[in-house]
This record gives sequence, structure tokens and C-alpha cells, in this order.
Amino acid sequence: MIRALCLLVAGALLILSAGGAAAVEVRAAVLRVDYPRLAPISRYDLVPEDMGLAGATLADEDNATTGRFLGHTYTTTAVTTDAEGAEAALDALLADGIRLIVVLAEAGDVLRLADRAGPDVLLFNAGARDTGLRDAECRANLLHIAPSEAMLADAVAQFAIWKKWPRWALIHGSNPADLARAEAYRKAAAKFGAKIVEEREFEDTGGSRRTDTGHVLVQRQLPVFTQDMKDHDLVIAADASDVFAPYLPFHLWDPRPVMGAAGLRPVSFHAATEAWGATQFQRRFEALTGRYVREEDYQVWLALRVIGEAVTRTGAADPATLRAYALGDDFELAAFKGLAVTFRPWNGQLRQPILLFDGRINVSVSPQDGFLHQRSPLDTLGLDEPESACRAFQ
Amino acid sequence: MKPLILAAGLALAATGAQANKVYVSNEKGNTVTVLDSTTWQVLTEFPAGNRPRGITMSPDGSLLYVCASDDDTVRVFDAETYQELYTLPSGPDPELFVLDHSGSPLYIANEDDNLVTVVDTEAHTVLAEIPVGVEPEGMGISPDGKFVVNTSETTNMAHFISTEDYEIKHNILVDQRPRYAEFSADGKKLFVTSEIGGTVSVIDIAPDGTPTLSYKVSFEVPGVLPEWLQPVGAKATSDGKWLFVALGPANRVAVIDQQSHEVVDYIMVGQRVWQLAFTPDEKYLLTTNGNSNDITVIDVAAHKAIKSIPVGQQPWGVVVAPD
Repeated sequence: MIRALCLLVAGALLILSAGGAAAVEVRAAVLRVDYPRLAPISRYDLVPEDMGLAGATLADEDNATTGRFLGHTYTTTAVTTDAEGAEAALDALLADGIRLIVVLAEAGDVLRLADRAGPDVLLFNAGARDTGLRDAECRANLLHIAPSEAMLADAVAQFAIWKKWPRWALIHGSNPADLARAEAYRKAAAKFGAKIVEEREFEDTGGSRRTDTGHVLVQRQLPVFTQDMKDHDLVIAADASDVFAPYLPFHLWDPRPVMGAAGLRPVSFHAATEAWGATQFQRRFEALTGRYVREEDYQVWLALRVIGEAVTRTGAADPATLRAYALGDDFELAAFKGLAVTFRPWNGQLRQPILLFDGRINVSVSPQDGFLHQRSPLDTLGLDEPESACRAFQ
Repeated sequence: MKPLILAAGLALAATGAQANKVYVSNEKGNTVTVLDSTTWQVLTEFPAGNRPRGITMSPDGSLLYVCASDDDTVRVFDAETYQELYTLPSGPDPELFVLDHSGSPLYIANEDDNLVTVVDTEAHTVLAEIPVGVEPEGMGISPDGKFVVNTSETTNMAHFISTEDYEIKHNILVDQRPRYAEFSADGKKLFVTSEIGGTVSVIDIAPDGTPTLSYKVSFEVPGVLPEWLQPVGAKATSDGKWLFVALGPANRVAVIDQQSHEVVDYIMVGQRVWQLAFTPDEKYLLTTNGNSNDITVIDVAAHKAIKSIPVGQQPWGVVVAPD
């Protein structure tokens, strides 16, 4: 037995020669919490069964291909649960010895899971955009792959200012997530010198949005809802609940572009982007899954690639080493968005470009030209160090 | 052999410079543009398959090889008549390739399948498929022909493949998105560009072929965000003096001293400069500029851009016919 092992190691060393690393087994998990939801406004947004999990399958393949040369193996377990079962699902993963966990859940559940997992576990938030998680509610064992609401709003704001469209009408929904998003746009306006000339709330009263004649009502109601607004250059739609934003373009009283939750949307990734080698990512993903990539898939893929990159460079698989490397100066990762992505060491947020997507193509990519920062132009998006109330990383 | 050299000498004396054809692959235009290296006039543009990227020539200059990425094949053209002669089995999505010094085999990077495919250019058969890292791209061959180096963009490695048994003998980790591998003429150094890492890794090659990462060159241009200094194509002069590196969206070609690794010059060229090729006398260096749809001619000795010439849509690769 011992002899067989030695032979194996010798064989691995022959392949390596350069890496000098020993065999490492990397075990991770994706924990997805599913919530009861209404169907989306558009069939294009129907949620596939393997939403997010498909990104893990691709990441495992990518990491394994690299790992082969270094003697590193990767296994990622995928678990889905409802909110009630989230803790039990986490406990099962921990009992199984898994210490690297990518979480797709709402902010409250992400925090609950991070606190339950404790300091010996490293979690990656691949879904929740709440800025608070990067602010006072940050956790030392939680890194954020998903961009925050603040980053997304800033990405839109920079583009609008670059266009010299500084007068905004803000239409927001009535649910807490909509209000939080509206607040992100207010802050972005203040940060980049735009003015919100008028705000309106579109109340979520429920309703048969997709019935046969739904468009007749929409076509009559929305112009009325948006008439008599103060003079504005564009309309910002703060609709995190998918209640009204897709109806705004073409139905406004004043002919104005829409940005935010409809029209020009800030996204971490989309299936049409092909710049910076993204075509290869799209092809690999589509060959594997038979469908187009979604933001959640990309974010899960990216979380596991962060793990893979940190393992490749350090030869370790324990959370403490990987966390230290990811937050350190040497870490950088190519993510098909033109610039290397890195982490903000003060709150664990992944710095990244934000794509501005019209539903078919990249209209633009933020940060925009001319928005400078002493550290990185990427730090013009989202909470900067002095603004963040996060202290868990000190 | 001798009469040939004599004839070439006579031609040189008569015209002052040898005219060589320049072939540019246009990734979005699905064509190859042909230019004349003395007049810098466009001679013609011909269809080259879907998404032509990597482009090279047989040592005698008679055959033009083009990676038609979206056709999953390598198209082979008569370099004089531009007629397609045949295709070579390439594996899926061929992007870049390198030809053995003898003219065969051809080593092809298959970006989608994490493979390097080895193709016999005479028998038109696949000799080997070598599993490499994720998104293989850059392909270089050592001057002695013993090693082919492939760079994998997502794995971030340079893989050293022995041309004897097609096995990977060494792997060297480099910075993010390695794009291109270029040996110095004496074979003692290998330069690997990293697009997102923003560096050129200098790898020393020991006499027995063992590679060691020894230095990383980085770049700095006043007024250009460091994030946009993205090294892509690279070419080394055969006198061992200069390494030219295309810096992509920085619209510049950097000139690096091969010995001291110092960056001595930045040459302004067209937009999103991608791949490079010397004329055979190394008097001129040509750059493909993907966003401005042109190529720039650089005077190698003077480190100056002297001319830009419009070509097809999104020029990607460039090769110059041998003398």
C-alpha cells in the first residue's frame, strides 16, 4: 500500500516538474436557497432548474483541467433547499467536511448561514446584491462575488453622466428590495452629480400582468402614470421585484430612455457578451448545459474560479490560506470582462466591470472613461473604503 | 541552392528591397487581405472561411495556412493564386498554430476543447491530440524544434510539449490570460505575454530544456490606465536585441531589451493592436489593429511607426511570405 502510494506521487511529480505542489483535494459546495416566486414578466427570464448550479459544473471542469497539471482535484457538491431547510443543508455540508461554500440566497439567509458556519468556513455570496452585506452587516468569512446594488447603480450613473444626461426621473416599486434599489440610485446620483428631479412609486398591487389583453391596460395606464413629470433626461427604473420595469420603455408619457431594471440594465454578465474572450466561455457553457448563461451561473462559476485560482497559486485548500491569498495583493483573476478582478480587502467585495446590456448586446461597460480613482478605476463602483462601515476585515 | 541565392541577390540589387506578400486574416470580415511589402498597397482580399484568426505559411512560401475558427478547420490556400487547395483536420475552434521548422507537422491550439492537435501537413492526418489547460491559445516552437509551447488562457500556464513524443514535459504558471509564446533566437529564453496580468514572463531555458521563470516585465505609459496595458502578440528580433509586444487596447507596441528586460520604447499604432509579424529582413514589423481595421508598419531599427494601411474587418493575424 505504502509502495503504491509512493509510486503514484512519483508519477505526479514527473508530470509536474514546474509546480512543485503536492496532491490537493479541493471540496466545495454550492448551496442554493429557493423561494416561492411569481413567474417573471418575460418568458425569456424563466428560471431554469439548474440555475447557478450549471456554473459550478463548468467551474469544476475548468478547475480540474488546470488541476490535472498540479495534482489538484476539485469536487463541488450542489444542494438546493427552501429557506426553512437552509440551516440543515449547511449542517450536512459541514458534517461532510466541506469548508468552502458558494451561497445563492437572499441577504438575510446569507447572513444567517455565514454566522452559523463560523470562522473556519469561507462562504462566497454569489447572489445577494444588498449593499448592507458589504457595509455594516459584512462578515469576515463571507466574500461577495455578486456585485452590490451600489456598484450596479454607480455603473448606470457613470454612463448617464458620460452621456450628459444628468436629470433623472426615478420610478421605484413598493417592496423593500425596490426601495433599497431606489436608495442606491439616489446615492449614485449624488456621487456622480446627477439630479433626481422627480420620484414616483409604482405600487405592487398584484395583477394579471401577462393575460391576453394585458398590454391593452399597460398601454393605457403607464402614460397616465408617467405624465406631468418635471423635465428629465431619462427614467431610472428601480424594480427589484420584476413588477413594472419591463413595461416602461415605449409606454412613457415623455419619450425618454429607461435605465436600471429595464432598457439599459447593469449586469455582471449576459449570454451575448463576446468581448475579451467571452465567446469561449459562452461556448463552453452552452455545450455543457444546452442553454444560455445567466448572471447567477456566471457568479457561481466565478466564485469557484476564485477558489481554483487561489488553490493553483498557493497549493493549499484550507479556507484561511485561500481567504488570505484572495484578499492579498497577489491575487488577480481573468473573468472575461477586460480587466482582472480582485477583492476589496476592506469588505470582501469582488471588484469587477459592470456590463450595460440592452437585452441583445453590450451597450457599454462601466467604469466609464474619465472616472478615476487612486487605487483602481473599478473602485469608482460601489462602496469605497472610507464609505464602508464594514469592520470585520480589519 | 546556389543559383537561387544569386537570383535573390540580383532582384535585391534591382529593386532596392525584396517585395514580399503580406497576408492579414480578418476575423469579422471572413477574408484574408494581401499586401505588397514594398509599396504597401493592398493587392487583393479573398474569402478565407468563417472567423479566420491564426495565419502562417509553409517554409517555402507556397502554402498559406488559415485557422478558420468557426469552420473547425484549417484552410490551406495557394499563396499565389489564393485558391483553396484543401483543408486540414484541426479539431474544433482552431485559434492559433505553429508550424514545425520543416513544414510539418502543424501544432494547433483548439480553444474550445482544451487540446493541442498535431497535424501532418502532407498526409493530412492527425498525429496526436494533447490535452492542455483551459482555452489554449499561444503557440511557440523552440529554435531547435524540440519543444512546442502552448499557453492556456484560463489555466494560466505555459505547457512545454516535447515534439518527440507529444507529451507535456513542463508546466510553468504565469500571469492571467497568457496569449502568446515567443522564443529568443538562441532558444535560451521564452517570452510569454499575459493579457490581463499585464506582464511578459521571461522564462530561462536550461541547456537540457528545463524552463525556469526568471523575470516579469511590466508596462507603464503616462496617461494610459494601467488596466489597458494588455500584452498580446510578441515578436523577437533574431539578433537577440529587441522584443516587440503588442499592448492591445493601449494602442501601442512596447519595445523591450531582450537582455536587460527594460522597456525602452512605446510605439503608437492603430486601435486594439493584436498580432505582429516581421518582414524576412526584419526591417519592418507589421501590426494588426482590430478596432481600426488597419495594419501599421513599424520601422524596426528606428522604433517608429511609418504607415498604416486599411485592410478588412477586424484584422487578427499577419504573416509575411519568406524571401
